[in-house]
Formats: sequence, structure tokens, C-alpha cells
Amino acid sequence: MAVPGCGKTGDVSPSADGGAVAAPAADVEILNVSYDPTRELYEAIDAAFAKSYADKNGGAKVTVRQSHGGSAKQARAVIDGLEADVVTLGLAYDVDAVARAGLLPAEWAARLPNRSTPFTSTIVFLVRQGNPKGIHDWDDLVKPGLAVITPNPKTSGGARWNYLAAWGYAKRKAGGDDAKARDFVTHLYKNVPVLDSGARGSTTTFVERGLGDVLIAWESEALLAKNRPGGDKFDVVVPSVSIVAATPVAVVDKVVDKRGTRAAAEAYLQFLYTPEAQAIAAKEFYRPVQQAPSDPPFAKLTLFTIEDEFGGWDKAQATHFADGATFDQIYKPGN
Amino acid sequence: MARARQSPIPGFRLTLGYMLFYFGLLVLFPLSLLVAKSASGGWGGFLRAVTSPRAVASLRFTLVTSLAAAVINAVFGFILAWVLARYRFPGKRLVDAVVDLPLALPTAVAGVALTALYTDNGWIGSRLAPLGLHLAFAWPGVVIALVFVGLPFLVRTVQPVIEGLDPALEEAAVTLGASPRQTFVRVVLPALAPALRAGFAAAFARAIGEYGSVVFIAGNMPMKTEITSLLIMTKLDQYDYAGAASLGVVMLGISLLLLVVIHSSRTSSERRRALV
Repeated sequence: MAVPGCGKTGDVSPSADGGAVAAPAADVEILNVSYDPTRELYEAIDAAFAKSYADKNGGAKVTVRQSHGGSAKQARAVIDGLEADVVTLGLAYDVDAVARAGLLPAEWAARLPNRSTPFTSTIVFLVRQGNPKGIHDWDDLVKPGLAVITPNPKTSGGARWNYLAAWGYAKRKAGGDDAKARDFVTHLYKNVPVLDSGARGSTTTFVERGLGDVLIAWESEALLAKNRPGGDKFDVVVPSVSIVAATPVAVVDKVVDKRGTRAAAEAYLQFLYTPEAQAIAAKEFYRPVQQAPSDPPFAKLTLFTIEDEFGGWDKAQATHFADGATFDQIYKPGN
Repeated sequence: MARARQSPIPGFRLTLGYMLFYFGLLVLFPLSLLVAKSASGGWGGFLRAVTSPRAVASLRFTLVTSLAAAVINAVFGFILAWVLARYRFPGKRLVDAVVDLPLALPTAVAGVALTALYTDNGWIGSRLAPLGLHLAFAWPGVVIALVFVGLPFLVRTVQPVIEGLDPALEEAAVTLGASPRQTFVRVVLPALAPALRAGFAAAFARAIGEYGSVVFIAGNMPMKTEITSLLIMTKLDQYDYAGAASLGVVMLGISLLLLVVIHSSRTSSERRRALV
């Protein structure tokens, strides 16, 4: 089977699942560079993975170190030389950026099931206790006088999902009319009093500062806030339609080949698809992809993907978030 | 004669060489890389990055709020420095030490604390909100944050000069029949002008580059309350290194220009003194 150190860039060696390897692998340490809200998730998964890895590799010890931050900032750190064995980011666009820097092949998404996405989330609303403003669906967010909290999509990956979810909802409702969707999103952002630079910043603005009537948030973050002490001050509202927020994972080939950690890094990502890791993810409020998400905590709603409505990230980025694109137009004076 | 020029530190050539090397490595080298990076998008890319309406709005906002904060610091920081230099009161040493805290505090902590204080449900904000005053998430909040981070620069520049100012000068002015106002304007202020200007320039420059404390309290609305430092971060998050560096170069140029102007604008009375 795979001998450590023989892996070449681009060759995906199948892991030694269950196969007894004669020589016990050496102790290894890998770095998982992830985005902001996954701290609790990977803390739980890393512990389970260390146990499973030791069982399969004759007691060899694997330590997964974690790094968290805004998705794009994390990708930039990897591009600039942070030695990440794996990246687990908030959107595929940021993994693409790492690939464009030559650290992994452009077709990285095809290497693992479900376009390298072991769990997903979606975009929902967090409202004040008892839902005093009667917010039930996206249409309620554009009512005049309502204050909506969402971060700046140009600096926050989560905010881009929020924006695209709103756009996709309006577009589907208008029978595929992008002009109507644009009008809807413009009205929505007119109701945003503060544009924080990251999702956690928006949560603070809504929860701690008491600003706004509704927070647009990751489902995982909303459910986490709801299930924490003090969570009874908020209600989670699930809209009729939302987007599949796909948060992909990838081995960084250049780094694992240099450090000789390919076997452990690949085993780590494959572990994310095991029933054990999928169950942990569900417990941490991420929707597992290998089994139907149970209800509760995951509400049933109509979900679309970024490929369905926007033709993938490159297109969405160019149309909506590039300088001078649709999002910037919203803030043009006189608009 | 030659002995008189001997200094405890080895001669001019060695120190100048060391200074150039040290300054070059720590300051000039990184700055020149920044300029080189900004050129990587070409002249057209540079112009597009720095003349977009959003960039211009952010530069204007940054400069105006920084200037306002520096002016406020020049007035109230001066009073604080004066009190610390001239009077004795209980707790003086504590106040003296606390003045430096904004330097030590991570600016993000300052930003979070100020936001919590001035937001509509904060301790100060909740008292102002009924009057229709909303400081946080608007330009006044930004000025408050910039005053906070700039204060030590002004106090620490002006205070030692006030301490070194001989009260006998003021007494002489009074004995010669000057009113308190005349004494202040014609005797005290001219003596303190160079220090005040240096402190003003330092506080102003600090404010232009400030990021951490401002982003929490600004609201960050494009075209309205977005500072240039945030716009640079935004460009980086979009992997637009050249655009980010271009904005950085413009900020650098503006800061340099302003500092040169401030430092070279000596008043006529200062020039007269220099001649004496």
C-alpha cells in the first residue's frame, strides 16, 4: 500500500481504509486552516480523528492543529506561505484562489465526494424573541423601516452566501428575472445600517449591541446562538427558499508533498465523510451530506446551489462582488 | 577644539552608515516594496484603483475625521498636558500613567469598548439616543475613536515642553503689564508652538493609518463611513494585491505631504526667535 513519501502531485492515493499496514506510521502533525465559525466543529472532529487514526496505524499519533479566521484572509495566508496541509474554507472561491497560486490542482473539487464538500450549511434568519416584527420570509426583510444586519459581502464569505441567497430567492420568485432580483437586493441593503467586515462581527452587532431586527446568518451559527445560554432571547426563522452554503475541503498538494504528510492529510479529509464525523457535524449544526439531515434541528426548505442560479463562483464573483459590479452599484450615490 | 566635538558614540560616518542601514531595512525597504507592488497593476490599474468614487470617498472621510480628531486633541490634549505639567493634585501620577494606555491597548479592544459605550443601548449612547444623537456607526464615533488613539501623542509631546517652560517668563510678562490673555497668546503659546505642531502632526498621522479601533465603531458603509484602511483590507480579501498597494501608496503620499507641510510651517515669531 501507500508508502509515505512516494506520493506525487496530483496522484490521489486511496487510503488504507481498514487495511492493516505492516509498519506503523510515524507520529505526524498537520495543520488545518479553516474559516471563522468552525472552531467548535473541528475541535470535536480532530479528537475523533486522532483516535481513529491511531487505531488504523498501529497507535501512531496524529495531531491536527487548527487555524481560524475570515475565509479569504485564511486563503491569503496559505498563498503567502502558511503551511496548511489541508484547507477547509467557507466557499469554493477561496480554495480556487489557493489553486490559482499553484498550491493544488485546479480540479481539486473532483477529488472527494460531493464536490469535496463533507457538510453544508444554509442561510437563515435570527430574530428577537417572539419575532416582534413578524419576519417569516425574505420578502419581510425589505419592508421599510426594518433594520437588517448582515456583513459586507466584499470582506466576508458568509455575507456572500447571504447576498446570493436573497438574490436567488427573488430571482426564482420573479421567474428568473435578474433585474427584479437586483431591485430586491438593493432594497434589502438599504435596510442594513451597519456593514461589519465579518460574520462574527455582525453577530456581535445583533446580539451584544442590540442593533437591528433580524440577522442574516449561517444556519450553523444561528442554531449555535439559539442553543447557547441566553439563546432564549432569539428565535430562528427559516425562509421558504435558501442557498446550499457549500464549505469545501482540500489537501494542499505543495505543502503535504514538501512535509511528507500526504497520507495523514488525505486520511483526515476522508474521515470527514465517515458516519462518525458526519454525526459530529450534525451535532455541531452542520448539515451532513452522507445522510438525510434529520428534522430537528434542520428545518426543511427549498434549497438551490450556486451552480443552479449563478453558474458557479467565478461567474458570481465577477457579476456581483468584483469592483464596480452589482454590489458596488447598490452604494452608488443617487441609487 | 577637536576634543570638544568628541561624542560618547563613535564618529559621524559610522553612525550615519548604521542609521541608513537600519532605517533602510526597517522602513524604506518595505515601503519601496509597497510602491513596487502598486505598480504591478500598471499605471491604468493604479489610477482606476485610487480614483474610483468609493476610494475617493474613503480618502476624504479618512482625512476629514483624522483632521477633526487631531484638532480636538490639540485643544483638549493641550489642556490635559498643561494640568499635568503645572499642577499637583491627588491621583496625578495615576492620570499621568493612564494617558499612555491608548498606546498599549490593542486598538481592536479600544474599538469594541468604545462601541459598547456609545451604541444606542450602551452606557453613554442610551443617554444620547433619546436626544436624537447617534454617535456609534456614524462619523462622530469614528472621530471619538481617533481622538482616543491620538491623545497620548499630543500629551507626551507637549507636556515636557510645558514642564521646561520657566514660569518666570509669565511672571515677567505680568509685571510688565500683560493681561493673562496676552501672556498666554504672546508668551506661552509661541514657546509651545513647535511641540504643539509636532504633537498635532503625530496624532494626525496616527489617525490616518488607524484601522482596528475604527472598523468596530464606523458602521463601514461604502461612500459614507468607510475608511481607506478598510478599503485596503477589502481589496486584499478579493485578492487584489495591486489595488490594495495602490491605495496604500496614495495614503503614504498624502501623509508624507501633510507631515512635511506641518513641520515646515513655522510661524513668523518662531523664525524671529530662531534668529536671536
